[in-house]
Amino acid sequence: MPMTLNRVAVPVIVDQEKCIAGKGCTVCVDVCPLDLLAIDLLKGKAYMRYDECWYCLPCETDCPTQAIRVDIPYLLR
Amino acid sequence: MSNIIAEVDVLVIGGGTAGPMAAVKAKERNPAAKVMLLEKAHVKRSGAISMGMDGLNNAVIPGHATPEQYVKEITIANDGIVNQKTVMAYARESFNMINQLDRWGVKFEKDETGDYAVRKVHHMGTYVLPMPEGHHMKKVLYRQLKKARVEITNRYMATRLLLDEQGAVAGAMVLDTREGTFGVIRAKAVILSTGAAGRLGLPSSGYLFGTYENPTNAGDGYALAYHAGAELSGIECYQINPLIKDYNGPACAYVTGPFGGYTANSKGERFIECDYWSGQMMLEFYRELEGGNGPVFLKLDHLAEETISTIEHILHTNERPSRGRFHKGRNMNYRSGMVEMHISEIGLCSGHSASGVWVDEHAATTVPGLYAAGDLACVPHNYMLGAFVYGKFAGESAADYATGRTHAPVDEGQVARESVRVLGPLNNPDGVTPSQVEYKLRRFVNDYLQPPKVTRKMEIGLDRFAEIGADLPFMSATNPHELMRAMEVHFIRDCAEMAARASLYRTESRWGLYHYRVEYPERNDADWFCHAQLKKNDAGDMTCFKRPIEPYLVTLDEHEKDAYNRMRIVKQAAVA
Repeated sequence: MPMTLNRVAVPVIVDQEKCIAGKGCTVCVDVCPLDLLAIDLLKGKAYMRYDECWYCLPCETDCPTQAIRVDIPYLLR
Repeated sequence: MSNIIAEVDVLVIGGGTAGPMAAVKAKERNPAAKVMLLEKAHVKRSGAISMGMDGLNNAVIPGHATPEQYVKEITIANDGIVNQKTVMAYARESFNMINQLDRWGVKFEKDETGDYAVRKVHHMGTYVLPMPEGHHMKKVLYRQLKKARVEITNRYMATRLLLDEQGAVAGAMVLDTREGTFGVIRAKAVILSTGAAGRLGLPSSGYLFGTYENPTNAGDGYALAYHAGAELSGIECYQINPLIKDYNGPACAYVTGPFGGYTANSKGERFIECDYWSGQMMLEFYRELEGGNGPVFLKLDHLAEETISTIEHILHTNERPSRGRFHKGRNMNYRSGMVEMHISEIGLCSGHSASGVWVDEHAATTVPGLYAAGDLACVPHNYMLGAFVYGKFAGESAADYATGRTHAPVDEGQVARESVRVLGPLNNPDGVTPSQVEYKLRRFVNDYLQPPKVTRKMEIGLDRFAEIGADLPFMSATNPHELMRAMEVHFIRDCAEMAARASLYRTESRWGLYHYRVEYPERNDADWFCHAQLKKNDAGDMTCFKRPIEPYLVTLDEHEKDAYNRMRIVKQAAVA
């Protein structure tokens, strides 16, 4: 069956200046209950890989550099 | 040969609320036991209370309530269908558990003399103990897990339980959700604490993950128990909650009620006497929502500024702290308007209603060696504190059961079959994606199972669920994350079928909206004053049967029996 990619705006926004994933930090990836975040190894930054967010906030609360902002997903906003 | 990942004495599946408590208590009971806590997410922030909780809903504290009063309240709230032994076992341990949590560093609200500051929310008694700083709950639990030296295995999901030749539990088959590898954990006893079936109905927003429950709680334990041959109970007694519309989280009346907030109709008038979540309350809520006075709101705008600030602080730092930014986005302020409410999608959850895996007062299921605690274990209205108490019971019972036993031989046939089922989607590059199957399945759940329940609709629903069952082997996953979602779709489909069959079986109405059958609108105690059980029979079919209710430990007075059926404020004409 042929596949397509649907573009969606994701609710978890990572501040590229503040994120220290390149130094080995994986806090946000670790705490996400749905395992939605990942580290872009080329950029050394965290990003939201899957659009399955419960807007629950552990990633934002536990980030040591306050690099993450979680918006309410657009469908619910 | 099987890929044996670990061999343990006690395996706890699910590290949210009941699970960590079970693991710690198993270790305390037998320090020599090897106890493993398996978690699909990460124990630090997993489960229904990943961001903490704003209070205890069912604290039985001497001076405010007695275990007998509490058992009576829950018996009436659950329309008589309870095994009072299990509720009494909770009630008697409730205060000890509060003191245990207090010693561990959980901060409860206390009055000027240092006593617990209990509030009234229930229809009859007084059981609500606020935790304004309850956001640190997971940290408290994590510290205890480390102290007890429980072995923690994160990012693994159990897909099926492993059984021995006699049908007793022998471990679990598991998927590494990061690596996509399949393996076996051998265990002498297993505790299920995987939470509610929270991804059953589709939220009216259409957003798959905008559920009331933490959406990682996909009903894993319900399906694991079912396929292991365990009895489930009260599945027809759905979980349906009054929530902030679109945001789909609690408002939360338990927090606001004691401060003077209340549920109101569009005229700003109260229409229910009590905001405690029960099926009877939800039926009045539903009638108001659908009637001429709808929609329904949470009213706070009459309160003083300092009261509203206090409420905001609690609601915007606990449980679902993103509530504040949702309201801001809608230009909603508690001071100047009412919060629009709605009813949730359906789910299965004994923490709130009564749908769960059948357990006795020691947290034992009907499968030898298998225990259950928390939202998935059938002890009605058990909430967070009930999860802790039954977690303790399960941990102690499982540790005792495992002592002196040896591991059962691994049945390679079971493992081989399960390996094919679990890894199949990786070999289907041209199949349908798990998210598409899940969306369609959960839309059918809404179309055919959402109360009011109609017989013919539920029968059609069963046909659709069977068709989706035939689609499942053809799902496609391109990575371990999608494979985890694919396995969750299997669980959701099992729960949907259980919900339909259990609802068709009980030919009466009970628990207000939770089991409101249009063709059988009356409660029928002559035929249905019993538990309705569900299990997989020897032929592999889903069957339902009755289990008698054991004689009550606490008898009800005649005038109390229907207290929860008098929810509507009487100055208004009753709505038919």
